[in-house]
Amino acid sequence: MYGFLIALGLLLLVSIIWMVYRLQTLVSVMKESEKSKTQATIKNSGSNKVNAVLFLVFLLAAGFLFFWYSFKEFDNYQLPIASEHGAVTDNLFWITTAVTGVIFILTHILLFWFSYRYQYQEDKRAAYYPDNNKLEIIWTLVPALVLTVLVISGWRAWKDITAPAPENAHVVEILGYQFAWEARYAGKDNQLGAFDYRLINATNSRGIDFTDANSLDDFEANKIVIPVGEPVLFKIRARDVLHSVFAPHMRLKMDAVPGMPTRFWFVPTKTTAEMRDETGNPEFEYEIACTEVCGRGHFSMKKIIEVVSPAEYQKWFAEQTPFIVQNPDLIADLPADLKEVAEIIIKENK
Amino acid sequence: MAVVNTSTQGAHAHEVHDEHHDNFITKYIFTTDHKMIGKQFLVTGIFWALIGGFLSILFRLQLGFPEMDMSFLRPLLGGWIDETGSLDQNFYLALVTMHGTIMVFFVLTAGLSGTFSNYLIPLQIGARDMASGFMNMLSYWFFFLSGVIMFSSLFLATGPAGGGWVIYPPLSALEQAIPGSGMGMTLWLIAMVFFIASTLMGGINYITTVINLRTKGMTFARLPLTIWSFFLTAVIGLLSFPVLFAAALLLVFDRSFGTSFYLADIYIGGEALPHTGGSPVLFQHLFWFLGHPEVYIVLLPALGITSEVIATNSRKPIFGYKAMIISMLGITILSFVVWAHHMFVSGMNPFLGSIFMFLTLIIAVPSAVKVFNYLTTLWRGNLIFTPAMLFAIGLVSFFISGGLTGIFLGNSAIDIQLHDTYFVVAHFHLVMGSASFFGLMCGVYHWFPKMFGRMMDNKLGYVHFWLTFVGVYLVFFPMHYIGIAGFPRRYYSWTNFDFASGYADLNMFVSVAAIITFTGQFIFLFNFFYSMYKGRVAPLNPWRSNTLEWTTPLHPGHGNWPGEIPAVYRWPYDYSKPGSKEDFIPQTVPLSSTPESNLPHEEEMVSLEKAIMAEEGQVLVANEAK
Ligand code: HEM
Ligand SMILES: [Cu+2]
Ligand SMILES: [Cu+2]
Repeated sequence: MYGFLIALGLLLLVSIIWMVYRLQTLVSVMKESEKSKTQATIKNSGSNKVNAVLFLVFLLAAGFLFFWYSFKEFDNYQLPIASEHGAVTDNLFWITTAVTGVIFILTHILLFWFSYRYQYQEDKRAAYYPDNNKLEIIWTLVPALVLTVLVISGWRAWKDITAPAPENAHVVEILGYQFAWEARYAGKDNQLGAFDYRLINATNSRGIDFTDANSLDDFEANKIVIPVGEPVLFKIRARDVLHSVFAPHMRLKMDAVPGMPTRFWFVPTKTTAEMRDETGNPEFEYEIACTEVCGRGHFSMKKIIEVVSPAEYQKWFAEQTPFIVQNPDLIADLPADLKEVAEIIIKENK
Repeated sequence: MAVVNTSTQGAHAHEVHDEHHDNFITKYIFTTDHKMIGKQFLVTGIFWALIGGFLSILFRLQLGFPEMDMSFLRPLLGGWIDETGSLDQNFYLALVTMHGTIMVFFVLTAGLSGTFSNYLIPLQIGARDMASGFMNMLSYWFFFLSGVIMFSSLFLATGPAGGGWVIYPPLSALEQAIPGSGMGMTLWLIAMVFFIASTLMGGINYITTVINLRTKGMTFARLPLTIWSFFLTAVIGLLSFPVLFAAALLLVFDRSFGTSFYLADIYIGGEALPHTGGSPVLFQHLFWFLGHPEVYIVLLPALGITSEVIATNSRKPIFGYKAMIISMLGITILSFVVWAHHMFVSGMNPFLGSIFMFLTLIIAVPSAVKVFNYLTTLWRGNLIFTPAMLFAIGLVSFFISGGLTGIFLGNSAIDIQLHDTYFVVAHFHLVMGSASFFGLMCGVYHWFPKMFGRMMDNKLGYVHFWLTFVGVYLVFFPMHYIGIAGFPRRYYSWTNFDFASGYADLNMFVSVAAIITFTGQFIFLFNFFYSMYKGRVAPLNPWRSNTLEWTTPLHPGHGNWPGEIPAVYRWPYDYSKPGSKEDFIPQTVPLSSTPESNLPHEEEMVSLEKAIMAEEGQVLVANEAK
């Protein structure tokens, strides 16, 4: 690393020396003549040719680097896909890459080739070619058509992804706060209990309203465990500032907004174990990161998702204990009828 | 007759100007001369570019060399470097925020539009000055004041604003959430209020000047594309900046007066805040209603400058002059209806997402047309690679590279993954940051001889170009890969995550490239300031260009032309016209004097032109009689 700094210092030094050198030549040229370096002199100078050639060199070198690196690194920047819609959006991504890639390369070849080919020549004169409506129409319509195809396929994917979640989706609530995530499961009724931010306190960090019967079987989890191949609905909210749930392998991202719960549903396609095999990384875990700046700890809001088989999921699910079991104080102030229900649940879980 | 009247008034105004002598203060500081105001914007813009660039070097050090001992920066950053020699995490965010704010607003809005709209509009349309010189002066000084306030926020004990340049609440509203949202954010908001006022005063001036003060014969269809772009930029600014003002004002209310426009259901620092019913998403809508047009505010002037420079140095008319104008008009209008593409995953209704996806991809069409027109202008030209020309070609390259990735991001399905990753950083740095920056450089190299009466050194210009061009690609192109790999932006470090633990080498590479590129800008600085005093004296029309500014004296006084303002008889792109001996025919050359090169429809206009010239003759006689 210090090597880099030293190299940098050297570079600075060289450029300063070189500047001083130029300074001298500039001064001497000034003294010699008032002859101006204008367009007239540039066009016949060697510089014009050098620049033209450099454009070609740049085209070739940059083009080579681009292809070489893109292929060499493919497996590193291409994250394995672990959700059903992820396959769709990735497909769109690569189709768009192909289309734009062709345009990218063609236009750059033209740009730099023209720069080289049409460099100034004494005996030539530029063509007077001010317009051509037919051409303009063609290159308005063709991009418009290509874009329409891209948009429509994107729109269809988007419509499916954002459609309401299936009835049977497993509901998980993710709450973002500075600087971590908390997960809550809906329990056996698959209904999350209501919440109110004014109820938040040290024992009830999510502000769950336990006077809502749906809350009584809700439980928390350190890891977000979900079954492979079944729809999962993330209900997302935030306690303080904006956050954003980003599960890169699931191709999932949705902001967590205080005061406005959001949602994202998906179907995971690979268990964590399968992914460990596929990536050859025995430590592999699905991660959730935060992608909306939220303060100093923004870069450290990690949560693990564990994708398991449906059977394992059922087993795990059955083993979890609701909030009220872990902390019976939570039901202290409940009305009598609810309290009874709650006490039955506590008993069942013992 | 109205046209003629304007010009006689202009002549009177000018005589008045000759009578008083400018002292130092009225000439260099509180000047109302648009040329000096343009230069003030330029020099201030360069100052801010250095600050903004330097901040990016600081956070690039952190990203490229996360383990580095930064104690050597302590003399500069003081307490922001902790005992172990690492950068404070809040301060990292503050650096990113200030960098973005400075670059977008101070450098590429004020530094670019402020410089060239001011400098070029009167000179290229044939006017003595802006419609209101006084308001123009105020515009600069409001900008200056805004800068002073923003700059002073860098030295606050709690640090400058740190919630990103988009200042999304609640983060930007709550001091408990991040220290920068205290005094730092207050100063940010005050500074931006002055900035908006400055932009509006500038914009009103640009628009009225272009509409009202064009010289005889300078119809809209004969305006150089530079003027068209400055004009439309000003229109965009005038319509969108007030919305930012409103957004900021409501934020001020939320911060200081207990309202709940953007705040709802917040529990922070161990207490539940009383705010309910507000919506953070509302702020995002308001912000991006400016934010997206802002992208075109920084880009359009650069495209206008490029059009002019490419045509001049290809010795060819710009291809598709009308199509260029129509695309710019299209971009202007469409830029107001695409804002929510920044918010696909903000939680807004997905149906809105669909609408904005369609609108966004439409705006790609006029952009594509512009690129094809640039390419065709180069085709069969006779290219002369002045430094300005090189920067113009570089701009076209960045515009393509960055524009194409916009097609990914505008597609809401693809954006789910890419949003707020380094892919976005790569995208906007190429299409907006680097392209506009190259437009700025292109303009400086091209109009330096007019601004200072001297030439910049070409060789230094070439070295500057190649270093910057290659450097920019080395810095920003790799960010695409990092972005596809899912690296989120505004991260202090990525090592907490397994999926983002790779690419330490690439990040190091990017940082080194950034430092070298930044250092390379000192070549330009040297060239700029040295040539200002010691450069070779420029000829009157060094690039053999058609536009009006080159008909002024080497050092135009206040009023620009010593005598009458020249009249205009043709469009600005008569380069290499068949039949003409020279390969350029300035706009001031009447069609009647170039029968050898006139096109059939131009022949018809010759008689009309003669009538106008006769009228002009009468006015001259009348003036002399007085
Ligand atoms: C020296 C050249 C530059 C370098 C090395 C650089 C680098 C960066 C990097 C790495 C980030 C992301 C930081 C993060 O997300 O953690 C960033 C953000 C940004 N940059 Fe630059 N940049 C440069 C020039 C520019 C220019 C010319 C512009 C003008 C448009 C610009 C505008 C922005 C904006 C708007 C942001 C977003 C700030 C935010 O997230 O709030 N940058 N820059
Ligand atoms: Cu965050
Ligand atoms: Cu936008």
